[in-house]
Amino acid sequence: MEYLNGGVRIPDLRVDIGPLSLANPVMTASGTFGYAREFESLLNLRRLGAIIVKGISLHPRSGNPPPRIIETACGMLNAIGLQNVGVDRFIVEKIPYLGTLGVPIIVNILGDSLDEYRHITEKLSGCGTVAAIEINISCPNVKKGGVAFGADPAMAAAVTRTVREAAAVPVIVKLSPNVTDVTVIAKAVEDGGATAVSLINTLIGMAIDLKRRRPALANVCGGLSGPAIKPVALRMVYQVAQAVSIPIIGIGGIATAEDALEFMLAGATAVQIGTANFVNPRASEEVVDGIGNYVLQEKLPSVREVIGALETG
Amino acid sequence: MMTQYQEKAVVIRREQLSADNVRLTFECPDIAAAAYPGQFVMIRVGTGNDPLLRRPFSIHQAHKEGLLQVYFKIVGRGTEMLAEVGEGAEVSILGPLGRGFRLVESPACLVGGGLGIAPLLFLARELSRLQRDCGLDTVILGGRSRSEVEPLVKDFEQFGMTVVTTTDDGSYGQRGFVTAAFSSLSLPASCAVYCCGPEPMMAGMNVLCRARGNSCQVSVESVMACGMGACLGCSKPTRGGGYVHVCVDGPVFDAEEMVWNI
Repeated sequence: MEYLNGGVRIPDLRVDIGPLSLANPVMTASGTFGYAREFESLLNLRRLGAIIVKGISLHPRSGNPPPRIIETACGMLNAIGLQNVGVDRFIVEKIPYLGTLGVPIIVNILGDSLDEYRHITEKLSGCGTVAAIEINISCPNVKKGGVAFGADPAMAAAVTRTVREAAAVPVIVKLSPNVTDVTVIAKAVEDGGATAVSLINTLIGMAIDLKRRRPALANVCGGLSGPAIKPVALRMVYQVAQAVSIPIIGIGGIATAEDALEFMLAGATAVQIGTANFVNPRASEEVVDGIGNYVLQEKLPSVREVIGALETG
Repeated sequence: MMTQYQEKAVVIRREQLSADNVRLTFECPDIAAAAYPGQFVMIRVGTGNDPLLRRPFSIHQAHKEGLLQVYFKIVGRGTEMLAEVGEGAEVSILGPLGRGFRLVESPACLVGGGLGIAPLLFLARELSRLQRDCGLDTVILGGRSRSEVEPLVKDFEQFGMTVVTTTDDGSYGQRGFVTAAFSSLSLPASCAVYCCGPEPMMAGMNVLCRARGNSCQVSVESVMACGMGACLGCSKPTRGGGYVHVCVDGPVFDAEEMVWNI
């Protein structure tokens, strides 16, 4: 615990994701925070533990036809189609601004082949601003008939190894919940050299427009996010925490400090705020404040005391 | 980058303009002062997780003194909840968002169909403030029946523009669509058209304006989650290929840029 002049206590919120030290455990989830600049007038970006930007592919992608999103009970489905500017434009247009923020910038990457993952990683490793890489392994492997990398332990490990070899920075693997046993994939990417895992990505879901007798999304299916998925995410974080020894970053319906602390109790070292950014652009900064207040109220020496402190006896 | 605000706005007036149409006036100083015609706001209609997302509303009127108005039809749960918000209540508003109308000095023709009338009032006032003769400007207001049109006529007349009204059922003004009323007007080719309404109407206006050589700006709507370019949910295809996003590239576009499926 640190003290300011006058005895005002400052909560110790620092956490480590392998060699990456964060001022606090709160990050923004990829695909929910644009390239951060969109939010600059609404919150203090410098107060975040880390910023994870929109998933980047080797080449620009224009995304899926509309409708791309639909609201569901306590959540939303999206089928954006990984629209992004591509890694070259990202480096030229987005990195310079991100570099001025003084906050670790984590870049989420996606690809359809191991070669693509390697190329993106090599390009990003050249810019000093990138503090870590988060791999989206939910993409289909075009060479293996379109099976998602994240659904097969050997393929998930291969992507992890490929990126790890090309990366000069820590590598986080973002796990898909759309598998029979998430701990199998988690262990596979740990063996593949992942610095940490983040989970969960969205749950595949569907909505139907009864009046038109059509799927609500042009893509038919989409990824479910928001408060609706929080119990599933908590369960998976808890299970993975029992299975691996690398740090876990919890994601799934987190909108408040209470939500974030529950994920930390379940075993997460840090958390990501996703869909909540759409509803309350200040959500991530408010979660930082709320976690700080909790640490002070509970008189904890640091927020690290909360990690995995769930009592199940 | 434009500055946006997330404000706790107080409802200071609630007007039931017809059975389904409601106008709310908010004390919302930061957003009202920064707003520009054609821009929109995202309003949180409840405080819980269901419904989860904010709802987009075009800015009906905004005053530098701090008042902001939205005008909407009750069409679903979100608008139903907002319509039940009473005077004195607090609502979270995010804005101003998007790119609004490009105001030009030439004579204007504003064309609004149904709830598409909403953003045109703010536009009419700002046009009237330019150093130009509003006597040459025309506003065409259309709706299904009298109750969708009549309550708004006086609000437009105060700016000295000629107001033409249409209703589908003939209960008020000319019987028929705004497109027919527009066709029967003799407007100079330099006339700038500003339009908002249902997609078929805007598609029709695009055809008419192209034939007559008038520029035509349209304000389009879309489902969206964030309103600020983060979710990328509000894509619309363009004639040039690829997509634009209603929230940051629009909601106002040149009609001829867009793909009209009707």
